[in-house]
Amino acid sequence: MLSRSLAAALAVLLAFVLAGCGGDDDTASPPATSSAAVETTPAPAEFPVTVEADNGAVTFDEEPDAIVSLSATATESLFAIGAGDQVIAVDDQSNYPADAPVTDLSGFEPNVEAIASYEPDLVIAAYDPGGLVDGLEKLDIPVLLQDAAPDLDVAYEQIETLGEATGNSEGAETVVESMQIEIEELVASVPGVEGATVYHELGPDFFSATSETFIGSVYELFGLVNIADAATEADAGGYPQLTGEYIVSESPDLIVLADTKCCEQTVATVSGRPGWDQIEAVQHGDIVEADDDIASRWGPRTVVFVELIAESLAGIGRP
Amino acid sequence: MADAGGLRARLLARPERALRGVSLGWTAAAGIFVVVAALLGLALGPVDLGVAAVGREVLSHVPFLGVESSFSDTQDAILWELRAPRVALGLLVGAMLASAGASYQGVFRNPLADPYLLGAAAGAGLGATIVIANDLGGDAGLDLRPVAAFAGAMLGVGIAYVLGSSVGGRETATLILAGVTVASFLTALQTYVQQRSADSVQEVYSWILGRLETSGWTDVLIVLPYVAVSAAVLLWHRRLLDVLAVGDDEAASLGVPVARVRLLVVAAATLGTAAAVAFSGLIAFVGIIVPHAVRLMAGTSYRLVLPLSLAFGAGFLVLMDLVSRTVVAPAQLPIGVVTAFLGAPFFAVVLRTTRTVGP
Repeated sequence: MLSRSLAAALAVLLAFVLAGCGGDDDTASPPATSSAAVETTPAPAEFPVTVEADNGAVTFDEEPDAIVSLSATATESLFAIGAGDQVIAVDDQSNYPADAPVTDLSGFEPNVEAIASYEPDLVIAAYDPGGLVDGLEKLDIPVLLQDAAPDLDVAYEQIETLGEATGNSEGAETVVESMQIEIEELVASVPGVEGATVYHELGPDFFSATSETFIGSVYELFGLVNIADAATEADAGGYPQLTGEYIVSESPDLIVLADTKCCEQTVATVSGRPGWDQIEAVQHGDIVEADDDIASRWGPRTVVFVELIAESLAGIGRP
Repeated sequence: MADAGGLRARLLARPERALRGVSLGWTAAAGIFVVVAALLGLALGPVDLGVAAVGREVLSHVPFLGVESSFSDTQDAILWELRAPRVALGLLVGAMLASAGASYQGVFRNPLADPYLLGAAAGAGLGATIVIANDLGGDAGLDLRPVAAFAGAMLGVGIAYVLGSSVGGRETATLILAGVTVASFLTALQTYVQQRSADSVQEVYSWILGRLETSGWTDVLIVLPYVAVSAAVLLWHRRLLDVLAVGDDEAASLGVPVARVRLLVVAAATLGTAAAVAFSGLIAFVGIIVPHAVRLMAGTSYRLVLPLSLAFGAGFLVLMDLVSRTVVAPAQLPIGVVTAFLGAPFFAVVLRTTRTVGP
């Protein structure tokens, strides 16, 4: 939710700046910073350890036990890999799992003083606005910046990095392996859907996500054709705002709503939009009501999203 | 005011012969502009329906012509359920913003007055943001955005006007300063409300930047009565705006109920603006560009400026929307970005000219 709002805001800004330039530099997803993660052997955690994050190499002398997570995705990953009891505070968007220690800290407008008052020995963020990383480093608080992953491989690396940094390498390996196996099986369970078209909706104002985004990379696993990709030239951020008439004319086979919580969109509201009764997905009822949060994060619950898509694809095109 | 009688006769008389010639030419020009803009808006878009095919489709609805449409159901839906309401909303919003801008300029005798500089838009923004952020009225199926936007807009203009006139002095500068002050304050409140509610940031954000994407004819039908009433009141007062141009005391000595006219015009312009803004978001500069372009072309009498602003504003916004939905197709740009991109340079030119000519 948080990252989605940010991404959308960023997308609008980028649309403004890059209009007509057709630039393809992707500021949201820096090149994979994975070398350390891959080379490090997943042996029992040993400190000191140095890991790579989007803010460079970070060294830990001992196992952190006062972690503040400002990233809803990282919060989910930390609890999944067994680092949950090392987490002392999470931001106001981290609503999963239920036992995460939610505070009113904001990852969107982070307040360095408020974060420092928890005396953390590790802060994890998905976004670095207004000198968050610099400010915390001045206070000698280690920070791991993990930007929105552009695809599953980077998402796996981020989970592994969290494992190494928190002394839970084995837990991280287990999570990643089970994610890989489950996703592979789910994708294999719906053969023959390659080429079907998909429209992923971030809001009723038709903001969507291209294949350059994490969620777009999930559709690529299934071989789906993302109708937002035609707007890649216009929006290097990966989150273009489409027009209604384009969506109707493309007539996607599958519509995925990631705006069911924010904007109360449902199968009924989408089917009732003027002109949308012409769309294949609407005619066949192939509209997926996804959970906004799961669809906007890149953590362990990605499997849940993939499962939802696989289920919908299994019956695609049938009334 | 030694020759008040003469002035009155000059201002209130209907110089029909002189005016009719101008009006006929300009009426035709304005009419053609609106029709051409609307037809372009219908014919072009991110989906290529084919200009000729759109023409055949439109003509096929005219009885006795015997024109056959070649459209599929999908193309028909795109044209009539998606594109046409968007063009219609563009016409209404453009007409409203431009005529409201012209009216504000007349009633405050201030060439820079528009819904944005006077705090009306910022107030409307605050009202609408509160509704969006707190999801008010949604459960009851009510769209409270127009009401909240109107309340906020009246609040903004009211405070700006009271503040500006209580300071006194040179009215142009003080009113604009007051408006900017109020607008900044209301914008700060609006940003605060928006940031407190991260869930709706995206919706608020896209609304702020302006949009004409409609949810069909319903939106158009909701905006229509507000715009119709507001525009009728403004057009009705266009002669009195000319009288107000000579000054409050002079207008009062001519028997014009200055305070009542001002209140009525401001209320009508603000109501129309708020209704338009509630659906289309904050589309900047239309209220400045269009009336000033009309003044440069056709003259400064409000008898011309108001109706022509209405017509040219309608056509102008449809064309701007055409740019916003085609230039990065199949994506779209917020229309507020397009109007501001073209409006800011024009505004600079207006500033330069008014500095030498005077308000």
